[in-house]
Amino acid sequence: MSTHNSFDEQFEFTGKVKTLSLAAIAIGVITIVIGFLMDGERTFANLLLMGYYFACVCMAGVFFCALQYVSQAGWSASLLRVPQAFGKVLPIAGIILLVIIVAGLSLTHNTDIEGKQVVAPYLYKLWAIKGVTVPGNANYNAIIAGKSGYLNETFYLIRMVGYLAAYSFFGWLLNKYSETEDELGTVFYYSKSFTVSAAFLVIFGFTTPLFSFDVIMSLEAHWFSTMFGWYNFAAMWVSCLSIITLTLIYLRQGGYMKWVTQDHLHSLGQLMFGFSIFWTYVWFAQFLLVYYANIPEESVYFLRRWEPEFKPWFWLNIVINFLAPLLIIMSRDSKRSTTVLKATCIILICGHWLDYFVMIMPGTVGPQKEWYLEIGPIELGVFAGFAGLFVFLVMNALSRFKSTIPKNHPFLQESLHHHI
Amino acid sequence: MSSTKYILGIFDDPDDLMHGIDKLQKNSVPIYDVYSPCPIHGIDAKLGIKDSRLGYAAFMFGCLGGSIMFSMVYYMLTHDWPMNIGGKNFFPIPNFVPVTFEWTVLWTSFGMTFTFFFATHLFPGRAPRVMDLRATNDKFVIAIDAKGNTPHADITDILKEAGAVEVKHNDRKYVSYE
Repeated sequence: MSTHNSFDEQFEFTGKVKTLSLAAIAIGVITIVIGFLMDGERTFANLLLMGYYFACVCMAGVFFCALQYVSQAGWSASLLRVPQAFGKVLPIAGIILLVIIVAGLSLTHNTDIEGKQVVAPYLYKLWAIKGVTVPGNANYNAIIAGKSGYLNETFYLIRMVGYLAAYSFFGWLLNKYSETEDELGTVFYYSKSFTVSAAFLVIFGFTTPLFSFDVIMSLEAHWFSTMFGWYNFAAMWVSCLSIITLTLIYLRQGGYMKWVTQDHLHSLGQLMFGFSIFWTYVWFAQFLLVYYANIPEESVYFLRRWEPEFKPWFWLNIVINFLAPLLIIMSRDSKRSTTVLKATCIILICGHWLDYFVMIMPGTVGPQKEWYLEIGPIELGVFAGFAGLFVFLVMNALSRFKSTIPKNHPFLQESLHHHI
Repeated sequence: MSSTKYILGIFDDPDDLMHGIDKLQKNSVPIYDVYSPCPIHGIDAKLGIKDSRLGYAAFMFGCLGGSIMFSMVYYMLTHDWPMNIGGKNFFPIPNFVPVTFEWTVLWTSFGMTFTFFFATHLFPGRAPRVMDLRATNDKFVIAIDAKGNTPHADITDILKEAGAVEVKHNDRKYVSYE
């Protein structure tokens, strides 16, 4: 246990990380520009995927903080700055997601819906196409018209702004309390954080399923699944935990946050392992119910993913999000090895990208010519761009904190002596 | 020749006990075991206790339970008496998953519990073997095998010096046999 930690250590965002993240952003921008010229719908689907992934990781960061306050967890106090930085980035992530959605809803192109050539928006073409609720119109669809009380552009955008503003507000509030606590050093702000977190968790718990219904499930508006919200929640939570762990590992390697020990990483590894199993549980619960009931309107979702172009990715999704963490980080020793944990984090981050990919692509872009053409330069470029943007914004947010540790957190000593 | 079998150093405070372990180890006195009413952080590493292998037993029991249930459902519903349930084929793997999962969990937990009971000689109805009954209440006890560890007076001195409130020379190993 080192006793010579400086609690006034400030993170400086310079050097190779900054250059590389800016380079990745440049790659992303170039890919998006070229992508629009080549295949607008595919680029939009990728933008939605990464915008959603980005926003989800940031809001799960706020969720992480709130969870630690509500459970009065001590072990995590010294590493809270990393999820707090995610929370700081959430407003920007929210705006990016909103811009993508508004652009996707308002720009139109020629495409086909169920074999019919139509002029439809780039995103949410099934329910956002003009005339879909007007009887007698060529685009009229009785099922979508029946859902239009909920699925219409105005209400949709109001909901989107509502979710993202609420989550960002709570993230901002928790960060503000934590920073004030650092300056004033009273337990008053801790109890305030507790109350605010409890309120946030209730709101978050009820609205994240709706958030994923809106952003992802409504892409295939004829289909629905009540498990979808929890499935998405599990995905966002596992990916956020992996990214927190990976960030901590890199910060430690860069000489920061030396108080984060193998024991903290072990705890995070346990969470990653446990929630990967939870993800599989929810994924399978959704699959089994659809498989068992065998109702055509439900099984159409899996039928699309069962096409030869998507089948390999469908299976790979389960292998890397379930079998990989199960076999790699089940044992104690591997959770305590930085190398193994780092590799698992990267596998899970890519794995949940693939998870979102399998959720989004079959219902929007549809199959390519061959299965290996499904993931091409557009996918990789947009992923690189958003990864760079995420690193840049989070590291920038982290450098804004006066200290990389909440030094007056009441449970700080417990966290510094965390030992398992 | 004394009839002492075990020397017990009884402490009021876990910190003093840790200190006592250090002192004994510095003087090359082998420690038989340490008894405490609550877990003490870092004591495993200090005493050189190896990591428990209970997790491996649990994993094996889980694999066993899962395999047994999967084979059983396969035998019943696919091999012995194929049944048409909801138009599914006769070997519907997804339908077998929940019950296989449940048995994996059940066997893991029961297997782990019974392995633990077996390894620690602990099961319902068994009188626990305790060297000093107060080690289950508010005292922390270091036990030293008296055989070959001489002179006993020196060990007593080391323990006293480390802050032991009492040092006992027991003629029998356990006090709790009824």
